[in-house]
This record gives sequence, C-alpha cells and structure tokens, in this order.
Amino acid sequence: MEEKSDFLTALAARFPGAVVETSSPLGDMALVIRPESLFEIAAELKNGPGDFATLLDLTCVDFPDRPERFEMVYHFFSLSGLRKLRVKLGLPGPDPTVASLTPLWKNADWMEREVYDLFGVKFAGHPYLRRLFMNEEFVGHPLRKDYPFRKRQPVIPMRTP
Amino acid sequence: MTTPFRIQQNAREGSLLVNMGPSHPATHGAVRIMLELDGERILNAEVEVGYLHRAFEKTCENRTYFNLLIYTDRLNYVSPLINNHGYALAMEKLLGIDVPERARLIRVLLSELSRVSDHLTCLAAMAMECGAFTVFLYNMKAREFLWDVIEQTTGARMTTSYIRIGGVRADLHPGYKEATAAGLRETRKVLKDVHGLLDKNKIFLGRTRDVGVMAKDNALNWGWTGPALRSTGIAYDVRRAFPYGDYDRFKFEIPVGERGDNFDRYMVRMREMEQSLRIIEQVVPLLEPACPKVVADGLEPAAAVKASRTRRPGKPIKLSPNLEGAELAVQSQILSSDRRYVIPAKEEAYTSIEGLITHFKYFMSGHGIRPPKGDVYAAVEGGNGEVGYYIVSDGTDRPYRLHLRGPCLPLLASLEELIRGRLVADIIPTFGSMNIILGELDR
Repeated sequence: MEEKSDFLTALAARFPGAVVETSSPLGDMALVIRPESLFEIAAELKNGPGDFATLLDLTCVDFPDRPERFEMVYHFFSLSGLRKLRVKLGLPGPDPTVASLTPLWKNADWMEREVYDLFGVKFAGHPYLRRLFMNEEFVGHPLRKDYPFRKRQPVIPMRTP
Repeated sequence: MTTPFRIQQNAREGSLLVNMGPSHPATHGAVRIMLELDGERILNAEVEVGYLHRAFEKTCENRTYFNLLIYTDRLNYVSPLINNHGYALAMEKLLGIDVPERARLIRVLLSELSRVSDHLTCLAAMAMECGAFTVFLYNMKAREFLWDVIEQTTGARMTTSYIRIGGVRADLHPGYKEATAAGLRETRKVLKDVHGLLDKNKIFLGRTRDVGVMAKDNALNWGWTGPALRSTGIAYDVRRAFPYGDYDRFKFEIPVGERGDNFDRYMVRMREMEQSLRIIEQVVPLLEPACPKVVADGLEPAAAVKASRTRRPGKPIKLSPNLEGAELAVQSQILSSDRRYVIPAKEEAYTSIEGLITHFKYFMSGHGIRPPKGDVYAAVEGGNGEVGYYIVSDGTDRPYRLHLRGPCLPLLASLEELIRGRLVADIIPTFGSMNIILGELDR
C-alpha cells in the first residue's frame, strides 16, 4: 500500500497540472488526468521507470448527466514491477475526442475501434477508425445510455414484424 | 453504401483478394479474414470480427448482479467456470466479502479442470486442422472424462453458472473423487499419446515450427497474455503474479517457450495441462470429507423434497429440499456468511418467515445485491490469458457498466501481422494455436 501511493505521488509530481487526482480504491492504483495530457503521460508510463509495457485494457463509461459525459478508462500493466494502473479521464458530451495510443501500443488499434463503435468517442491520430463489432450501416452507438436496450437494427428486414 | 476496407483501398495491381470466412471450417466460429494474395503468398490481411456480437455488456447493464452470472457462461464457452470465477472475484472485491476455504478450494479444482478441457479443445482443433484427426478424437475423449466431474457437480456441461458471488452454488457431488481420479488417469494417458503422435511428427512440425513467430517485446506491446505470451518466454501467469483464491497454496510451474512460434504455443499448452493436473491432485485430498449424503435411503426424490419442505429448520434435516447439495448444513462451508449477499438455504426460505423475507429481499427488483459506489478491476487466468472484469457500480442493484477484458481480442488483432508474408496454409495452425473463442472476443 505504501509503495503504491509513493509511486502515484511521484508520478503526479512529474506532471504538475496534468494529474487531477490519485487514489487507490480497493487496493488498485488509480489516476485521474486531464484529457489533453493523455499521450504525454502514456508515453512516460511506457518508456519511463514505471515500465508499463502492456496496455491491458481500454474502455469507456457513459455518464449522460455529467458535463464530462464520457469517462475513458485505461488499464496499464507493468510486467517488471507487477503493477496495474488505472488511468481515467473525462471527455465532453458533444464531439468527444482524445489522442490515440496506437503509436505506443499496437493493440490500442482494435480497442479504440471498439470504443468508437460502441460509444462514438473519436481518437485523433488513429490510422483506421472503423466500427469493430457493428456493421457499417448501424446508426448510433449502442453502449451509450440513451440507446434503448431493446432497439433492433436488423441488416436484413425481419419477416414477421 | 459501405466504404471499402483498408485492404481493398491498398490492394496492389494484379493481386487477388480472397475472403476466408465468415463461415470457414478452420475458423471455429464466425470470423472473416480478408486476404490479399500473390499466388499462395499473403501480401496483406485484414480481420473482421463482430459476427457473434450479442451485446453482453449492454445486457449486463440491464440485469441484476445475480442474474447476469449466466451471461458470463457464454463468453468463453469452453471454460465457463473460469469466467464465473472472474466475475465472482470482481464482485467479492467490490463488496469486500470473504469466501469460505472449502468454496475457494472447489473453485480451484473446477477452474483447473476447465483449464485442462480448454487446452484440450484448442489442441484438438489445431491438430485436426493440420491433419491429425487421431489427436482430435483422443483429446475429445479425455475432455469427456473431465466434463463428467463438472457435469456431476454443476449439473451442466457448459452453462454451469456454478461459481457465485460469495462462494459456490452447491457442494461437490459425492462421487467427485472417483470421477476426478478417472479424469486424471485418462487425461495423462491421452497427453502421453499426443506427445508421441505430434512432438516429432514431421508434418506437424512443418506446419508449426517457426510459423507465426512472435518476439517477446512485440507480444507485450500487443497485449498478449496467457499461454501465447508464455510461449515467447515470458513467465507471466495471473495465478502466480496476483494470486487469487487459494492458488498460492499449491505447487506448480509456469512452462515457457523459447521461440514464440506455433509449436511453442502447442508445447506450452501441453505442459500447462500437466501442471493443472498436478494442482488438481493437490486439491482433492484437501476437500475431504466429501459432501454428506443428503437424501434419505428408500425415498423417491419427489417424496424427499416434499417431506423436507414441511419440516422446521430447528430440527436436524436429513433430506435435501433441492437435492443439489446446498443444504443449511453445508452452506456455511460453501457460501459467505454475509447474509446480505447470498441466497438463504432452501430450508429457511420454505419454513421460516425470516428466511422467506431474506429470500424475497435477495430477488426483489431494486433490492438484491447493492454494492457501494465505485469501480473495480479483477482478473483471473483463463484458458487463453487474463480474463478481467471492470465493473462500475452506482449503488443500485444493476451494474452501471460492466466491461470484460478478454484475452482473445489482442491475440486476434495480431494475426494480421503474424501471417503477413506467409503462405495461406500457415493461417490455419496460427489461428488454431491462439485458440480464438469468438464468444469471448465479440461479447
């Protein structure tokens, strides 16, 4: 626990102004940052002493009532330090855009496509931002809270309405 | 109108564009691999997924924490118990509840059985696609013996929903010991045969040795985990790095490969199965004594159920009201003692008002399990790698957001790179050795 909070404090000190909040909920390490400094911090995490060589997971949470509607959640993993770090940042509701991590991690490609597909978050600098799971004619972004649970968009019209 | 795919936009003059899939016998599921070919040589490839997308995450947001467990069965459908385990661990971390020792041991036993059956299935399909049909049949035979144990205890082969928040649903089947011993014996025999059939087999080596090679750093950059990462020489295993359940009590090794090619992935899986069998051998003696026999002799099951529902829980009950091994007598060993988060025993629900109220409170909409606000990430070592659940709770009885970190997505994403410049025939063993489970990838 000591070591975890030390690590977070040191990281926050290196980026004054960019790190909004550090915490360790339920034993995890978590960091809230400003969206514009994502790429800089991610590059430091990957190449710096933390040695977070793996982007474990990347996802998004939709909070329609907040001014920063979309919360991006990144999980980084360091093999040498056996640490997992959660980094969160908020994006505004209209036209959410954040820097793409594809130059740093190759699997960011598909995961960012997934978030683009299901939430409509755009990634600046992504080489091939195309829907991953849905078909291209699909209208809307299904994991947004305002997308109805039972709404159907069949590619081929249903025979019985 | 659809915009053309990247592979179509960048296609070279005179090359041939071919679709492999979405329904191809070698893709064990619906995945489409688009290929740009020069003769047999792959110039470029693009993978399209999503044919099995069932809106797992959206569905979970609209189900209670208890009800969504059944959807986790359907993620990696070859080892559903490990998915259950991961979800239960994430929820227990969020709720802060402890699991009794016996339940933790049962979880280890069943997770390892699932892992072996997962690896057996993967290698069976991979070997069959390389022409070794014997291996397929042998592996399927061994898997049946392992699934016997799972079937006896959980009542299902695939849709188990057995590992629950706070523990497990029921105690082990009384005959688990003999069934496990038979499973171990048969699997060992099959592993020996498969080693003999494939290890020095020229055809198999030609298809797998130095095909689909992945370097260490590249594998980390791609986000690989599990046997595929270990085949490159990195000994990362969630069971060892972040021990969960009771894994730190058992002795096992983490087999690693050297070259990171298809053959190493095959070998790592083979040797991992031996380690899993080793763990199973260590768990079984710790689970003694087995579940007490709960059905009175000489009674028909229907009569036993009826009789048990009329008894008061104060008296010792010899009959099981549901005949599944979740009686009041064993409940303290297999489920958490925190009454807020576990279903009361059927004896209590049927015969006492407190039990009935607890039961209703558990299942009533808007009541049930209501974790504190916050988010949590917990992971287990699945058959293919790290299976992680990221859960955001807003204090209601349904998750605000539930995200699955599946190991297959980074694996399949790297396929394009692995097969570029190789021959069309190399796709089959490369795809097979990764064990892509579309149910988990497409969610």
